[in-house]
Amino acid sequence: MSREGIERHDYDVIVVGAGGAGLRAAVEASAAGAHTALICKSLLGKAHTVMAEGGIAAALGNVWKEDNWRVHFRDTMRGGKLLNNWRMAQLHAQEAPDRVLELEEWGALFDRTTDGLILQRDFGGHRYARLAHVGDRTGLEMIRILQQHAVHKGIDVYMECNLQRLLTDGGTIAGALGYWRESGKFVVFGARAVVLATGGVGKAWKITSNSWEYTGDGMTMALDAGADLIDMEMVQFHPTGMVWPPSVRGLLVTEGVRGDGGTLKNAQGKRFMFDYIPEFFRGDTADTEREADAWYEDKKNNRRTPDLLPRDEVARAINTEVKAGRGTPHGGVYLDIASRRPAEYIKKRLPSMYHQFKELADVDITTTAMEIGPTCHYIMGGVRVEPETAAATVPGLFAAGEVAAGMHGANRLGGNSLSDLLVFGRRAGAGAAAYASRSHARAIDDGQVEAAARSMLAPFEGEGSENPYALHAELQETMQSLVGIIRTDAELTQAIAKLDDLDGRLERVTVEGNRQFNPGWHLALDLRSMLTISKAVARSALMRQESRGGHTRDDFPKTDPEWGKLNVVTRKRGGRLELTTEPLPQIPEDLRQLVLSEEKQPA
Amino acid sequence: MTQDRNVTLRVWRGTKDGGRYEPYTVPADEGMVVLDVIHKIQALRAPDLAVRWNCKAGKCGSCSAEINGNARLMCMTRMNTFAPGEDITVAPMKTFPIIRDLVTDVSYNYEKAKEIPPFRPKPKEADGTRRMYQEDVDRVQEFHKCIECFLCQDTCHVIRDHEDNKKAFAGPRLFVRLAALEMHPLDTNDRLALIRQKAGLGFCNITKCCTEVCPEDIHITDNAIIPLKERVVSEFYDPLAWVKRRVLSKGAPTPTQPGPGEPEPPSQKA
Repeated sequence: MSREGIERHDYDVIVVGAGGAGLRAAVEASAAGAHTALICKSLLGKAHTVMAEGGIAAALGNVWKEDNWRVHFRDTMRGGKLLNNWRMAQLHAQEAPDRVLELEEWGALFDRTTDGLILQRDFGGHRYARLAHVGDRTGLEMIRILQQHAVHKGIDVYMECNLQRLLTDGGTIAGALGYWRESGKFVVFGARAVVLATGGVGKAWKITSNSWEYTGDGMTMALDAGADLIDMEMVQFHPTGMVWPPSVRGLLVTEGVRGDGGTLKNAQGKRFMFDYIPEFFRGDTADTEREADAWYEDKKNNRRTPDLLPRDEVARAINTEVKAGRGTPHGGVYLDIASRRPAEYIKKRLPSMYHQFKELADVDITTTAMEIGPTCHYIMGGVRVEPETAAATVPGLFAAGEVAAGMHGANRLGGNSLSDLLVFGRRAGAGAAAYASRSHARAIDDGQVEAAARSMLAPFEGEGSENPYALHAELQETMQSLVGIIRTDAELTQAIAKLDDLDGRLERVTVEGNRQFNPGWHLALDLRSMLTISKAVARSALMRQESRGGHTRDDFPKTDPEWGKLNVVTRKRGGRLELTTEPLPQIPEDLRQLVLSEEKQPA
Repeated sequence: MTQDRNVTLRVWRGTKDGGRYEPYTVPADEGMVVLDVIHKIQALRAPDLAVRWNCKAGKCGSCSAEINGNARLMCMTRMNTFAPGEDITVAPMKTFPIIRDLVTDVSYNYEKAKEIPPFRPKPKEADGTRRMYQEDVDRVQEFHKCIECFLCQDTCHVIRDHEDNKKAFAGPRLFVRLAALEMHPLDTNDRLALIRQKAGLGFCNITKCCTEVCPEDIHITDNAIIPLKERVVSEFYDPLAWVKRRVLSKGAPTPTQPGPGEPEPPSQKA
């Protein structure tokens, strides 16, 4: 490769990704005095956070004064099937209320209670109505407020800049290399600390709620730089995605529909979730329709409706109903709020769901039940971080939000993502700024830059016959059919072989055109990270021989207490993925008792 | 779709140096939107076709374009809204410089946003809370629905046909933003001078084109622009208010601010 003059910028801290976590991290790092840049693949304000609908979970206690961080912590740990990093779950529950109120200080306008405070809504797995929200467009409010706040703080923002490799100096972070989408030219950022806030990898599945950005690039960069990933088998399939028409399959339908009174029914009109209450949640869950419906108004004397069991439970139940032949004509189940709440209430509480179904499916959700089914939504696994500072296992590397792991264990509760972004985005920004202030700028290794640049340009010079779009479709088909909600040894083994095959063919991918805003080339580069992380998911899933949260093994259907003490760890050594198990951090006894305590049964 | 199992789009391909419409025919799926067809064209016909998109659900405002000349989100434009066999063109937004194909340089909007004085809240209540009532936040929540698709900017003829006006005109998106701040129950910052001068509110002659194209149904003209114009009028053209401002000098008017009788910025010639 002829050496082009590569554009170079230098900062104390660079934050990669401008969703909720990245924006919050950049604001914090900048406020701590670090010279900070925010680098994002899309335009500012378009990151996946904008799609979050239901709300931000925080025990503000505005609607139910009985709520506090301990109850939120207990719900989070139980929802995560106890695989969570307990300290992250504790910090999250304790700090989420302050992070929500901080957004209000910066101009956010949440829906209000009758006495003028922030209104909170019911969501799956949460004991009390806990989600601060703005109708069903909470993510938009959050990203816009953070975006405006960051802009007014004068943080340098680099838009449509796609980072591909972390650069290291003797195992310590020195910066990162990427390309401008517009020109295709390379750019190097020298940085003492890098915060990854790059989100997940949902675009590796066919039926997904995720956008093109969800390619596992941050996780891959971390792996390449020597960092640990954990819990990669833990993938969340959101129970309610649209199923019809085909062009919108997978598009998210907020859990707020059930939080606001909607219920799941099979083709026979039966509220089937009562048949799927697991022993672990029996004490917390209503077992009659009467109690379930009364719970919305009276939480003291009634237990939560099984429609709002954690997402892993609901997704599996829907999967079983459809397989048993009790599904809708298009292979989903019904989500009915039309027969349960007045039209005006539905339009006020769920305006964007109303709009989405009306415009894209010709369905009026105030008169007709929605057809829904599971859609790949979130990955609980990711970069292993230290709870207090969000530091990864490589010096100078930090991670927050979906790219990081531990907080949600084996299954994330709805609403806990937006609060996670704020709590650990802030901690990562502070951690990175503190690290940068006590370290020095490292040398950028030209050899690393040139090797990476050469490999990124390879698709233009290839003479192979592989089309990036076709390869992507095969990857999505593989992950969808073989590494989905229900997994087996045979299918996972088959998936791993197929992924190895795709990996070999990746070298023969050839792209047309030039480097200027060329989506075919961008996809060819994204395929490398999607494949790397897909392999980490499939191999972790094969290793964990039990069922827990987002990981269900048909051949190991029981939850195994011994596996509950272990994380599956993925590392890259000598260019190859290495998997192993390591013990979970030990939860202090008082918190363990809190998590395992049974709720009081209604009289 | 109808029995026709193929769909054809004519898509503008090119750069700032020029381009042309290219016809592409791909297989149809039920319920397709224009963005689905674009994706299929990328996969089957033109892998380097440049387009922006993210959420594909009308929530992020990335896939703005001009479809048969109308400013639309590609992800929210169903193919079955066109008559069978109808000629369908997809072009980049005209108001912004072309980067490539359907992708334009929308940095103008981000630069204008930087100039807006930030939110500055009043002190908290005595009990440490922020009390606001739903009826007080309703109208500002309407403005917060904005997904920054910039279709209102694209269609606004003050800047669509007059590049020079961009220097002195922020556009409907930024008027919505300014209205949201000005009507925020907690905000104390003063932006009226900016609204009148640097943002060029006077250029707008209320043709409501912006309101018509807003995919979020924000009543941009009636609820944002006209109330802002009324505030400017009472602040700058009410003699009593002007004297009061001079005497009490709240927010100390600078010498560059006009007094009563000074002309509005010129509207563009029709």
